[in-house]
Amino acid sequence: MSTNTNAYYIPHKATWPVIGTIGLVTALAGFANFLNGSSIGPTLMMIGLLIFITMLIGWFTLQAKESESGMYNHEVGISYRHGMMWFIFSEIVFFAVFFGTLWYTRNLSVPWLGEGATKELLWPSFEAVWPTNGPGKVGGEFEPMGAWGLPFINTLLLLTSGVTCTWAHHGLLAKNREQLIKGLLATVVLGFLFVCFQAIEYHEAYSEMGLTLGSGVYGSTFFMLTGFHGFHVCVGAIILSVVLFRSAKGHFTPENHFAFEAAAWYWHFVDVVWLGLFIFVYLI
Amino acid sequence: MSAVVDEHDHHADDHHDHGPAKGLLRWVITTNHKDIGTLYLLFALAMFFVGGTMAMVIRAELFEPGLQFVDPAFFNSMTTMHALVMVFGAVMPAFVGLANWQIPLMIGAADMALPRMNNMSFWMLVAGVLLLASTLFMEGGAPNGGWTLYPPLVLQPITVGKALPFAIFSVHLLGISSIMGAINIIATIFNMRAPSMKMMDMPLFVWTWLITAFLLIAVMPVFAGAVTMLLTDKFFHTSFFNAAGGGDPVLYEHIFWFFGHPEVYIMILPTFGVASTIIPVFARKPLFGYASMVWATASIAFLSFIVWAHHMFTVGMPIAGELYFMYATMIIAVPTGVKVFNWTATMWKGAMTFETPMLFSIAFVVLFTMGGFTGLMMSIAPADFQYHDTYFIVAHFHYTLVPASVFILMAAGYFWMPKWTGNMYNEKIGQLHFWLSVISVNILFFPQHFLGLAGMPRRIPDYAVQFADWNMISSIGGFIFGASQLLFLYIVIDTIRGGTGEKVTDEVWEDAAKHSLEWTLPTPLPYHTWTTPPTVVPTEHVLDSH
Repeated sequence: MSTNTNAYYIPHKATWPVIGTIGLVTALAGFANFLNGSSIGPTLMMIGLLIFITMLIGWFTLQAKESESGMYNHEVGISYRHGMMWFIFSEIVFFAVFFGTLWYTRNLSVPWLGEGATKELLWPSFEAVWPTNGPGKVGGEFEPMGAWGLPFINTLLLLTSGVTCTWAHHGLLAKNREQLIKGLLATVVLGFLFVCFQAIEYHEAYSEMGLTLGSGVYGSTFFMLTGFHGFHVCVGAIILSVVLFRSAKGHFTPENHFAFEAAAWYWHFVDVVWLGLFIFVYLI
Repeated sequence: MSAVVDEHDHHADDHHDHGPAKGLLRWVITTNHKDIGTLYLLFALAMFFVGGTMAMVIRAELFEPGLQFVDPAFFNSMTTMHALVMVFGAVMPAFVGLANWQIPLMIGAADMALPRMNNMSFWMLVAGVLLLASTLFMEGGAPNGGWTLYPPLVLQPITVGKALPFAIFSVHLLGISSIMGAINIIATIFNMRAPSMKMMDMPLFVWTWLITAFLLIAVMPVFAGAVTMLLTDKFFHTSFFNAAGGGDPVLYEHIFWFFGHPEVYIMILPTFGVASTIIPVFARKPLFGYASMVWATASIAFLSFIVWAHHMFTVGMPIAGELYFMYATMIIAVPTGVKVFNWTATMWKGAMTFETPMLFSIAFVVLFTMGGFTGLMMSIAPADFQYHDTYFIVAHFHYTLVPASVFILMAAGYFWMPKWTGNMYNEKIGQLHFWLSVISVNILFFPQHFLGLAGMPRRIPDYAVQFADWNMISSIGGFIFGASQLLFLYIVIDTIRGGTGEKVTDEVWEDAAKHSLEWTLPTPLPYHTWTTPPTVVPTEHVLDSH
């Protein structure tokens, strides 16, 4: 433990990064083998994921221990905040690509398919209306997903979880441990509930509405956008669970709680992306 | 603010001369910015020779018309892999290596802001490149649809074989590596600067890297998204790029170039930064127009986001789109012109000497300007219809990458290696390397302008006989250029192992310490530097704008 609270902590060596890299590359090589139909794929993937998860646990345990023993001064905290902020920025860009794809498809490529020479020479019977699975009716008949059933409930769930997350933060700042834990618990439960409802929604889409990932460009954009978002909700909820666990162990002070802040930022980011999804994928 | 460099330690000052750990494992688990910088640079150098070997295969095949050495699919693999290896394995990592070494030294920081992540960025890069290289040994060979991975071509079984998912995941890993590296650089520059250094005091290399890092974070996820859609289109029945399902293959081109155009500036902006660092030292003058250099860099970065479709003038865009992208592209010539003017003005009436780093930098200014002008030619949409996908574009981007980015990387090596190692390189061999490189690079790429204007398409292993002469000359230039680079390899090894044996002073180059902080440190550099930040920062480089 460092006694010099003024010093910028620079770790001397690090083993977890290499282990994590090996895990990730093994998992991806396994996935690629699986896609190519090789039988070794799934095994390789599982081994890689196990290594990767081990890394996550090990690295984050180390960070938590160092943080709690007061090794990180104010400047280290600023570096971490920069890191998290720009990481979230990169995630926003990633989602922007898929939102952009949706915009381009609805406003440019689908209309182009229904006009001019394309229509006359290739697909005279195609009407360019959204939602569509294209002139080739790829994936067969389907029913588009409405906004006012489960998706609307999910919107309310996520918005509420944003409030409970902030409530927990206020508890942390006011040194009210009980409010912190209750707020986090509510946030995590709401998050996982969201994922459950989305699973039900997907199940209905596949089993009753004929709507699949293969349902032309509507299915592609719908499932890729909501799917990536759902994955981020899972990740966010897991991060918040870890923060909840650490809060229960007595971690964090009003001055030093970067992990909580990072998790909260991430959660709000996931929240805002959902609002975008609700408007652009479900509503209009 | 001081810094603690070891977890068992209490005070930075007790630990000032703490050296590196022993053994090979040191390099695997290191968090030291100098070690990681070295790893990046050596890896980039290795990849430069791997990618260069592929280029030699290409030039050997094109030496004469007809099919000589390799079959067409392998030839196409070589053009694809040459591009990917050079861009993602050589040029980008080399600049990250320079950033790792130089940014903390130049801003008075003890290390990078996030040292563990720094280590991970490097190993993710290695993992990504290994995944990519593994496709060379697969059934069906490496990807051969071009480095842009355009659908529907790249989704055809014959162009990808088993390689596609590996190439895509490799892009993901390289993207993660770049984003982590960029985040680290931004956090370091904003948070670790010596308290006395204001933003507008920062050396231009630091400024250009700050802006480059922003570009990286803004566009690497775009590329990741694009290739993810390729993956799902190929394996999970989506229709993003399939017109029958309502998608559009042109959409991929838009997304790719929204990444791809900033990507080329990711490779050139740090080049500008190094040139702006080296030229004033050997001209013995402050950099001309420091503030305008910063603003020009920022303008170029901004413009890089709004010009992407000039890569696809012939794809069938609406005429308004053609016009917009044409004019927007031309505007880039203005801030770029500011830079070229400033470098020239820096040299004007300077007390110049021509050591190897300066020679490479001057060649950069001249030859990059030529590459820039051919870019301006192609920005004219109607003219581009003739140049598109010919050797003219090949000549253009190689002029902006080889005698620009690569030359400046060489210059940076000659410029900073004496500081890093404490040994002087052999100036005679350095100058021989320069003259051989600068002559052969023009023999290699200049004739390709003629080939392109005459209509020779790119990415083909065979050609009509009227292109034979210039191709042969180009290949001869290529072989000389390739062989000359072995001199650089020799110099790097020789300098690390002692060089000329000459005693190197702390500032290495005359009055360099007036320009930038790293020259005020002892030579050779201790393992840990700036554990206590400097109180005074040099301002020679900003004199002109204060």
